[in-house]
Amino acid sequence: MDNNTTLFTIAIFAENHVGLLNQMSIIFTRRCLNIESVSASRCSIPDVHKLTITCFSDRVTMEKVVKQIEKRIDVLRAFLYTDDELVYQEVALYKVPTARLLDEEHLEEIIRRHGARILEVSRDNTILEKTGHSDETEALFNELKRYDIRQFVRSGRVAITKSPVEHVDRFLSDQEQRRKRIDRV
Amino acid sequence: MSEKITGAEAMIRGIIAEGTDRVFGYPGGAIIPFYDKLYDYTDSLTHVLTRHEQGAIHAAQGYARVSGRTGVVVVTSGPAATNVITGLSDAMLDSTPLVVITGQVSSDLLGSDAFQETDVVGITQPITKWAYQIRSAADIEWALGRAFYIANTGRPGPVVLDFAKNAQNEEIEWHPYRKCNYIRSYNPSPDIPEADLRRVADLINASRRPMIVSGHGVMISGAEEALAALAEKADIPVASTLLGLSTMKSDHPLYKGMVGMHGNIGPNYNTNRADLIIAIGMRFDDRVTGDPKHYAPQAKIVHIDIDAAEFDKNVRTNATIHGDARLALEGLLPMIMETKHREWIESFDKAYEIETERVVRNATTGADPMAAPHMGEVALKVSLAAGADPVLVTDVGQNQMLSARYFRYSTPRSIITSGGLGTMGFGLPAAIGAKMGAPQRTVCYFAGDGGFQMTMQELGTILQYGTGVKMIVLNNDYLGNVRQWQAIFYDNRYSQTPLVNPDFNTIADAYGIANAKVCHRKDLDAAIKQMMDHPGAFLLNVRIDERDMVYPMTPNGRAVDYILLNEDNELFSMTDNG
Repeated sequence: MDNNTTLFTIAIFAENHVGLLNQMSIIFTRRCLNIESVSASRCSIPDVHKLTITCFSDRVTMEKVVKQIEKRIDVLRAFLYTDDELVYQEVALYKVPTARLLDEEHLEEIIRRHGARILEVSRDNTILEKTGHSDETEALFNELKRYDIRQFVRSGRVAITKSPVEHVDRFLSDQEQRRKRIDRV
Repeated sequence: MSEKITGAEAMIRGIIAEGTDRVFGYPGGAIIPFYDKLYDYTDSLTHVLTRHEQGAIHAAQGYARVSGRTGVVVVTSGPAATNVITGLSDAMLDSTPLVVITGQVSSDLLGSDAFQETDVVGITQPITKWAYQIRSAADIEWALGRAFYIANTGRPGPVVLDFAKNAQNEEIEWHPYRKCNYIRSYNPSPDIPEADLRRVADLINASRRPMIVSGHGVMISGAEEALAALAEKADIPVASTLLGLSTMKSDHPLYKGMVGMHGNIGPNYNTNRADLIIAIGMRFDDRVTGDPKHYAPQAKIVHIDIDAAEFDKNVRTNATIHGDARLALEGLLPMIMETKHREWIESFDKAYEIETERVVRNATTGADPMAAPHMGEVALKVSLAAGADPVLVTDVGQNQMLSARYFRYSTPRSIITSGGLGTMGFGLPAAIGAKMGAPQRTVCYFAGDGGFQMTMQELGTILQYGTGVKMIVLNNDYLGNVRQWQAIFYDNRYSQTPLVNPDFNTIADAYGIANAKVCHRKDLDAAIKQMMDHPGAFLLNVRIDERDMVYPMTPNGRAVDYILLNEDNELFSMTDNG
């Protein structure tokens, strides 16, 4: 990774067809760009799928990547963001030996301070959950290290824009107008 | 009154309903149900059986590019599908509308490494406009309609439909085929905002040294007349890219030649003197820009294209128009002021005089009647002997550059060449497809001895269908273009470029194709006349001196106005007339 890179978030709104993720990922592969995280789900618009991809790069490169993504037939729109334009979260899960936690007198303090939750406790292991930015989930990971963490996993970023404009809604309504014009011909 | 038909038959009826009367292909195991039903439709759908799947797709490319219609290819799964990969990549780079149907194993075998199974959608997604696997006969109309719509709207390109065998055999209810004319996620005809036109018009009106670079997109959108009208009104010199050749007639007073590595001196040199470059339907390929850091340093750049992903990809623009080239040019026309740029235009003509003196004359004429003719000489003479509106189809290499340079173009869609991918072996099958797409036009195919042998098996297709292609093999027993680079940049170390060739005339004889051989300049005119007088296919095997090179040349990575004139590495200068 170059020093002058920024973490960008790309939001992609697309039809949910088989092979969609491959179409997106090959655009990164071809340019030797590493995808940092990816998440995919339905979104507020019926039958529209949303992918959120993060990637370290420079703006010029990422603008070209977004254009190539948007060029794909199955993609409605794609947008490039930096963190200041977004509200975003990630979820992390931690599996820690229960016996080690029981020995610890500061456990309550750690959980409170990090705003973590306990999802499950068994004789062997305890599963903690923490939602936040990656530096926050990372911080809890670092703190739990001394309890012999057995598993740690973090989801891809999910993000919502702060902007008042919903570009995809506008795109879809423009397209709907176009469809009506075509039908009239 | 319902009618049940198989998916294979529904596919054939759909292809016909899309206006297709010819497909190029090659049968095999996973596509046999399609071929079986095709047997019943030979009255309405002609199938061209090539000798290799690569031949089928290149033929479809030639057909599509000469006619503007969508080329349709049908092949089987596995190796057949991988054999069309080169053509898909070529068609993607050169914006060629294709619908390619590949057979696929039955859905229940997908992912099992079944016989002749390959991941066609996965392999082709990076090099197609759209790729889709049809796993059920119920999907056919939806997928086929979209395929044709996607392939030949917006920026055209290849579409793959991977057609599972079970979907070919399944029975469905047939109802009249409905074409696709709308896809929610795709807008192939964006509206052009008035403000974008205004901004570009202002730049054109303020410019003193404007130059238009006309690309393939001008031809695809049918913008040739609008281009000429705009150029004439504002007195703007027009250059074309390799694929943009024939968007303007060669003898139009404002047409100033080709840009690029082996383009004409005037447009290349003046790129770096212009104050405005108006790029239309082109994509600033590195063979056009040379070193992009030293490309058009004095110019503002206007880019008109249907593909927004091309804007600012290779060259930073000052203004763009996203939309159809014809609509953009027609919109600009009333906003453009009538003006004259006499001195600026004369500078192109001056450069052309120097080019004629220093390069063209040497490349197209020779005094010694016993010497081998030059490649440029053959191209020019064939062009002049080919009658009205001939089509040039080239292979790749020196034959391509010299025939493109010296052919004369009088109507649009007169050159078919592999520009983006530079596919050796493209030419022969593409010429066959071009002749089938424009049977009334003379199709002149130029190749070197290397590229000719890459798809030479398609002589069998010519034999089978009697396709009247004029084939000119410029034969120097070398991979000439690589040899040229080895001569100029690699100290004459001819690593793996000499070829030991068979007698191409004997091969033509074996296929029953009329042919002639020219070893001496004195025999060239008569042989060309014999070829043109012959009513059908003809192969002209022309002996070329391997030292014959393509000039002028801007070496890879140099600025476009760094122009070599000859093998002595003399550089072009506007003041020095040699």
